[in-house]
Amino acid sequence: MSRATPAQVSVERCPGGPILVRGADVVRDAGGTEHEVTRPVVAVCACGMSGRAPWCDGTHKVVAAKGAG
Amino acid sequence: MSAPLPAARGPVSELALGLLLGDEPRPLPLLPAGIDVLRDDDVQLALWLLLELHHRGLQGVDPDLEWDPEVIRLRRDLEEVHLAAVHELVRDRLALVDPDDDLSAQIATLLAQDDGPSVADFLARRADAEQFRDFLRQRSIYHLKESDPHAFVVPRLDGPAKVALAELQYDEFGAGRPAGLHSLLFAQALQACGLDPAYGAHLDEARASTLAVNTTMSIFGLHRRWRGAAMGHLAAFESTSSLPCRRIATGSRRLGLPDALAAYYEEHVEADAVHEQLAVRNICMPMVAAEPELREDVLLGVAACLALDALAGREQLELWHAGVTQEVPA
Ligand code: FES
Ligand SMILES: [Fe+2]
Ligand SMILES: [Fe+2]
Repeated sequence: MSRATPAQVSVERCPGGPILVRGADVVRDAGGTEHEVTRPVVAVCACGMSGRAPWCDGTHKVVAAKGAG
Repeated sequence: MSAPLPAARGPVSELALGLLLGDEPRPLPLLPAGIDVLRDDDVQLALWLLLELHHRGLQGVDPDLEWDPEVIRLRRDLEEVHLAAVHELVRDRLALVDPDDDLSAQIATLLAQDDGPSVADFLARRADAEQFRDFLRQRSIYHLKESDPHAFVVPRLDGPAKVALAELQYDEFGAGRPAGLHSLLFAQALQACGLDPAYGAHLDEARASTLAVNTTMSIFGLHRRWRGAAMGHLAAFESTSSLPCRRIATGSRRLGLPDALAAYYEEHVEADAVHEQLAVRNICMPMVAAEPELREDVLLGVAACLALDALAGREQLELWHAGVTQEVPA
């Protein structure tokens, strides 16, 4: 017998990049605005530079490349 | 929906088309010495056609030919020369990888060396609407079966890598919503731009370098033996997507092209920022941890994706700079 279990939220930190979040319904940003989660896994920006915050848009790589250069 | 049969582009594609339409099998003609297989219209079209039997099939072609020994024989012969050319193409890139690094560092080395010319920058800043449509016609060969080649790998993996590949593919395939299927989003963008959204509609205009991007993906996906390369390819593909997609969306909005087009690319800015993490960290890394002998193949797949994309991109930019908006093969 299986029973419905409450959705479990898991969080995975990607070094130098975003945080992968699974099982969430909404992500609340720093300003308190709620963003609906529409895909099975979302990448939440952790570098603070995304143009599509709260989601990662790859900008962290540009920032890292400039930092290294 | 199956692809319509294209016009032959030379003796090899003629041979393939003949075989598919029931001609007596003939041996593959000797390919000219020094032939650039990855830029050869004739060879690439023939290979694409034979591989397509495993995807959506071809209009008017008996589906049983998918496993016909003569068809497979020709496909294998062409795959062999194709793969030899791919290995040759990536040799220098792979030489830059430090064998003592861990896999993620090795992948990062290859990604950092990516010298692909920026088609996305051209689209963002300079392209006119007709050049944008050229680009979409070429890209339609892949995007109308977006992610299908990599999906063949799911049953060849196990454990965390399999779970992560399924997770990534679920997103590509609409995350439970038929309306969200990425290939459908691209078809809608084509239609909104006044282009035929039917599967294979732009095959006759597809250049060899465009076809080579696709045949490589299909070969990697279809052969269990190349599952490592397929996943390396996926990792490179997803890792080089978010930033260019943002540029392409910018170009689309600059030109006032239909919303559906920018929406497709904006979806990929966000989706592929997730997919690149999944592909590198959750697919390739656990896969190689479980099967260490796949490491070389993963790196081959990464390098092949970057090199073939660079080849196709260079050719596209050359054509645009030469003022030729559309090259129609004879
Ligand atoms: S973490 Fe990717 S843009 Fe911030
Ligand atoms: Fe996609
Ligand atoms: Fe993707």
